[in-house]
Amino acid sequence: MKKLILFLLSFSLIFFLIDSSVYAEELSGKEILKRVDKNYAATNHISVGQMVIKGRRGTRTIKTKTWAQGQEKAFTEYLEPAREKGTKMLKLKDELWMWSPSTDRIIKIAGHMLRQSMSGSDISYEDFMEDPVLSNSYEAKVSGEEKIGERQCYLLELNATKDTAYYSRKLWVDKERFLPLREDLFARGGKLLKTFQINEVFKVGERWYPKRMVFKDVLKEGDGTELVIESIDFDVEIPEHIFSKASLRQ
Amino acid sequence: MLLKLAYRNLIGAKLRTVLNVGVLSLTYVLIIWHQGLFSGMYRQATRDVIKDEIAGGQYWHKNYDPYDVLSLDEGHGSVPQELKPLIAKKKALPILIRQANLYSKGRVQSVLIKGIDPGQKILDIPTAKLDSGKDILPVMVGKIMARKNSLKLGDSVTIRWRDAYGTFDAVEGEIVEIMNTNVPTIDNGQIWLPLERLRKMTGLTNQATIIVVGKEVVGEKDLSDWQFRNQDFLLKDVSDVVKSKRTASAIMYLVLLFLIMLAIFDTQVLSIFRRRKEIGTLMALGMTRLKVILLFTIEGTLNGILGIGVAAIYGTPVLIYTANTGIPLPQAMEEYGFALKVRMFPVYSAWLITGTVLIVMLTVTIVSYLPSRRISGLKPTEALKGKIG
Repeated sequence: MKKLILFLLSFSLIFFLIDSSVYAEELSGKEILKRVDKNYAATNHISVGQMVIKGRRGTRTIKTKTWAQGQEKAFTEYLEPAREKGTKMLKLKDELWMWSPSTDRIIKIAGHMLRQSMSGSDISYEDFMEDPVLSNSYEAKVSGEEKIGERQCYLLELNATKDTAYYSRKLWVDKERFLPLREDLFARGGKLLKTFQINEVFKVGERWYPKRMVFKDVLKEGDGTELVIESIDFDVEIPEHIFSKASLRQ
Repeated sequence: MLLKLAYRNLIGAKLRTVLNVGVLSLTYVLIIWHQGLFSGMYRQATRDVIKDEIAGGQYWHKNYDPYDVLSLDEGHGSVPQELKPLIAKKKALPILIRQANLYSKGRVQSVLIKGIDPGQKILDIPTAKLDSGKDILPVMVGKIMARKNSLKLGDSVTIRWRDAYGTFDAVEGEIVEIMNTNVPTIDNGQIWLPLERLRKMTGLTNQATIIVVGKEVVGEKDLSDWQFRNQDFLLKDVSDVVKSKRTASAIMYLVLLFLIMLAIFDTQVLSIFRRRKEIGTLMALGMTRLKVILLFTIEGTLNGILGIGVAAIYGTPVLIYTANTGIPLPQAMEEYGFALKVRMFPVYSAWLITGTVLIVMLTVTIVSYLPSRRISGLKPTEALKGKIG
């Protein structure tokens, strides 16, 4: 009898394991994309990070603190270097405002200015304005699996379902952590425009989050721009007045 | 008689006269030369702008504002029916303007892309090269744009833009022409592509931002979504720049005129003081006070006339030479946003010369007369004693 019970238990366990792996493999592109989005999603967050800009004339590091509410509101203050300290940026839906102590003027970043590079980095202001929830704008298809370093990844092909900046994207999503370890962004004609690579991750509460990542405009020379998250706190209380133009001058 | 006497007195003053006449002649030459430069600048700039950019005028889409790049997103529309016959006859030229990023030699730059018909004959720019027949996108840039970005014929560039749906697209292009234009508003930060290719790239079929009409087309008026801008309107920037430069240089003229006033005034005061016995003698011999005043005024004014003569002797060859050979401009002037050639040719009109002479002569006459008024209160007996009352 004991043997029978042991056999049944073992059988059930094997069946469960097989069933889990089949279930994991059967995750659709849409489901994977939703999990990726979920990993990034938060009601509020406050983060401190660095932007390391590698240019022809050397490397510059800009340290910033960001307060974000959902996907629509964000307020960033430059902490370092001294020359740019105090510069502030406010994103409200699809509008971007900037204030710098040297000019003491609030400037709306719009039109051609959005296309310009942010502090000489590989990131343009319009990249900053993109909707980060990929499932809102793309349909995803799993086209295979590949390894990025030691991590096994889903290879996802994304095609825009509505008007968005990048017509298609290719994502290498970590199978366990659901973080896109690499991302290629393409133009409508199929030309590769930008790449995004996560080089280090860390765990914040229950979720995995990128720690070091490199954003690269492939049409430009250089080694790209490295983003480093020093600290991040999710779902924290942020006073509403932070997301106002008045706070840019404070 | 008065004129003869005044001339003799003036010549007798020797060095004082030489200095006064010298300063006056320099004033004439400098003012005429400087004003001639502005006239030449205006003439050349308007000629080049008309030839290369505006022709007989432009229709602007109602949302287009060249000073507001934000207007470019919405500043385009279908070519109006009324203008299609003119376009078919090559008497009107639609141009589509969009924003893009240009990547060349690993660097990125925000640019305006302008789509133009390669076969157009309205503007004097070498668009024919845009009809290369190759698959690769032909691109034309101006000389300033080429120099700033180290672009040469045959260079490859990547153009990235957003189409009508806001989606990025990018394509490789080849520099097929570097146009030699003096008009920075069609050169700096701009690239030119074949119109139909740009329309296809952006999904803006049959759309245009501006429509240039030929010089022979007259009587154009506003259409529903399109406003006609005539040459006067389009050249206003050029005339405003020249006007502001003329105003700024007026300070220099005022300083020169002030120097003349000072020199002539001092000369007159000194003359009256030194020649009080002579004044008394003239009055005792029967010359009226008015005539004595007139004599001194004529003496002062003669400085101006002699100045004209001297200025004509050395100024005429100098002015003719500069008008013929031009004045070389530094390269940095190209980037002033003003249509200037490598050499600027001054233009001296009859009105300019007459006007300058009249202004200087009037100033000289007034400052010659003012000190002479003191003579009116002079008694011949006191003047003979050397007193000035």
